[in-house]
Amino acid sequence: MTELTRFTIAEARDKLRAGDVTSTELTQACLDEIDKADALGAFVHKTPEIALKQAEAADARIQGGAENPMCGIPLGIKDLFCTQGVPSQAASNILDGFKPEYESTVTTQLWQAGSVMLGKLNMDEFAMGSSNETSTYGNAVNPWRRGNDEAALTPGGSSGGSASAVAADLCLAATGTDTGGSIRQPAAFVGITGLKPTYGRVSRWGIIAFASSLDQAGPMTKSVRDAAIMLGAMAGHDPKDSTSADIPVPDFEAAITGDIRGKKIGIPKEYRMDGMPEEIEKLWADGTAMLRDAGAEIVDISLPHTKYALPTYYVIAPAEASSNLARYDGVRFGRRASLAQGDGITEMYEKTRAEGFGAEVQRRVMIGTYVLSAGFYDAYYNRARKVRALIKRDFDLAFEAGIDAILTPATPSAAFGLGEMADADPVQMYLNDVFTVTVNLAGLPGISVPTGLDAQGLPLGLQLIGRPWEEGDLLNIAASLEGAAGFVAKPASWW
Amino acid sequence: MSIDTDTARRVAKLARIKVEDDALPALAGEFNAILGFIEQLNEVDVDGIEPMTSVTPQRLKRREDVVTDGGYQEKVLANAPDAREGFFAVPKVVE
Repeated sequence: MTELTRFTIAEARDKLRAGDVTSTELTQACLDEIDKADALGAFVHKTPEIALKQAEAADARIQGGAENPMCGIPLGIKDLFCTQGVPSQAASNILDGFKPEYESTVTTQLWQAGSVMLGKLNMDEFAMGSSNETSTYGNAVNPWRRGNDEAALTPGGSSGGSASAVAADLCLAATGTDTGGSIRQPAAFVGITGLKPTYGRVSRWGIIAFASSLDQAGPMTKSVRDAAIMLGAMAGHDPKDSTSADIPVPDFEAAITGDIRGKKIGIPKEYRMDGMPEEIEKLWADGTAMLRDAGAEIVDISLPHTKYALPTYYVIAPAEASSNLARYDGVRFGRRASLAQGDGITEMYEKTRAEGFGAEVQRRVMIGTYVLSAGFYDAYYNRARKVRALIKRDFDLAFEAGIDAILTPATPSAAFGLGEMADADPVQMYLNDVFTVTVNLAGLPGISVPTGLDAQGLPLGLQLIGRPWEEGDLLNIAASLEGAAGFVAKPASWW
Repeated sequence: MSIDTDTARRVAKLARIKVEDDALPALAGEFNAILGFIEQLNEVDVDGIEPMTSVTPQRLKRREDVVTDGGYQEKVLANAPDAREGFFAVPKVVE
């Protein structure tokens, strides 16, 4: 039955409609694979009862002629999404035991479309991390290995569980969220497709907030076409999120025509970093050649403020996080520290937050507190918001000059070993997001597509950045790159 | 700008996170590494640039200032670590 779990969404949709397979069969096959894959640490809360009930309902709908392409598709859901009655704790100890009384807008839309929830997926605590090593559940593990070396590798982060689960065929696709690269970097590390939509395309309501001006949910899938299909079900205006855009959701799948002739693809010179591994250089050059061969026009461009994106991000994201995470105080939800005789409310806050937050979350909340504090607000926070405006202007100017999409590497390296960065200072870990973080700061859509393997047999990905609200065009170009690259490698099962 | 242990203590207090005294020097060191990285922003000429308030040029929607939701006290309290008689319960804050 394992073949069933390898289906793409598009293949499953066609087979479900043809009556070749039922959602119950697909779902059971995924549940069986999940139970065999605990070593991956991907699924942290399994929901087989909910899954089988939803699958049964989906089968009835499909028999009745259901048209939604997501109907009957078994999915994994990142732990950051609130799911009613099911633990949703952002991989944090401080939300231990939290079972929301409500459902996020994205998951509500997916269940309305007929999709099936297999369970909740591991991640970095509060989505703060690039290796899934800050999770209260323990590490998620990359299904890929370096040849015969048994060392456990990171699936990336923060959506590490989503990446691992999709790459290991435990589910057909998964939800992710992306604040600085948390969909695209893990997707690249495991050889799958990850799409961060335009800011405002997908409702943030019911998704545990990290940095509200940067956070955006998106699909993590086995193909570009699947990303288009799943985005269609996730997107749309939501009155409960005042930043969600009240514009129509186009048919993203229909935008994939295979024709990119005449498209202008920008190659930004600032993304050619000092010390960039030769393999990444070659991957990028090969991808450029593939798009040129498909009829696109390659244009050298400049995005001069690129080098300031990471420092800008590490002011703005912690500042917003310190504000968003103020709500975890041991009063309304989650866990409260046990208190000593005579402890007052301040001790309750301080002990609860010291026990409940892990080291990286504490560090970022405190950095955020510092850059927003009296006397430093202008020097750090306001300056970062000004530089952010300049970073966005770089992209605006490129698009005004006629660029349709920008091609860059997705990550500066292939997946690294779990624990390998343990002694590095925090800034070293932050450099993982060097190619992806600009996209969040500018609110643009970005997609990571697997296009090759490194010398050790690990997947590598390229990123395409699109114009705001033009996910359809971006997906079409990404599909062309995907087709030319022909990436079909799968990790050999050891789990 | 360099952060000393006193500043680290003050920031921890502002963030309402208990940090033991012996952990403060290491914390201050990490802050300095991150802030050192952030200092690069001082190189950028930002004269005449407005700080970004919204990444997409959209005006937030407005609505009538009326109650649109509510009436589920039990659900609101369901996840509280300590709830009594329809309220969140906390340690005594007034004598």
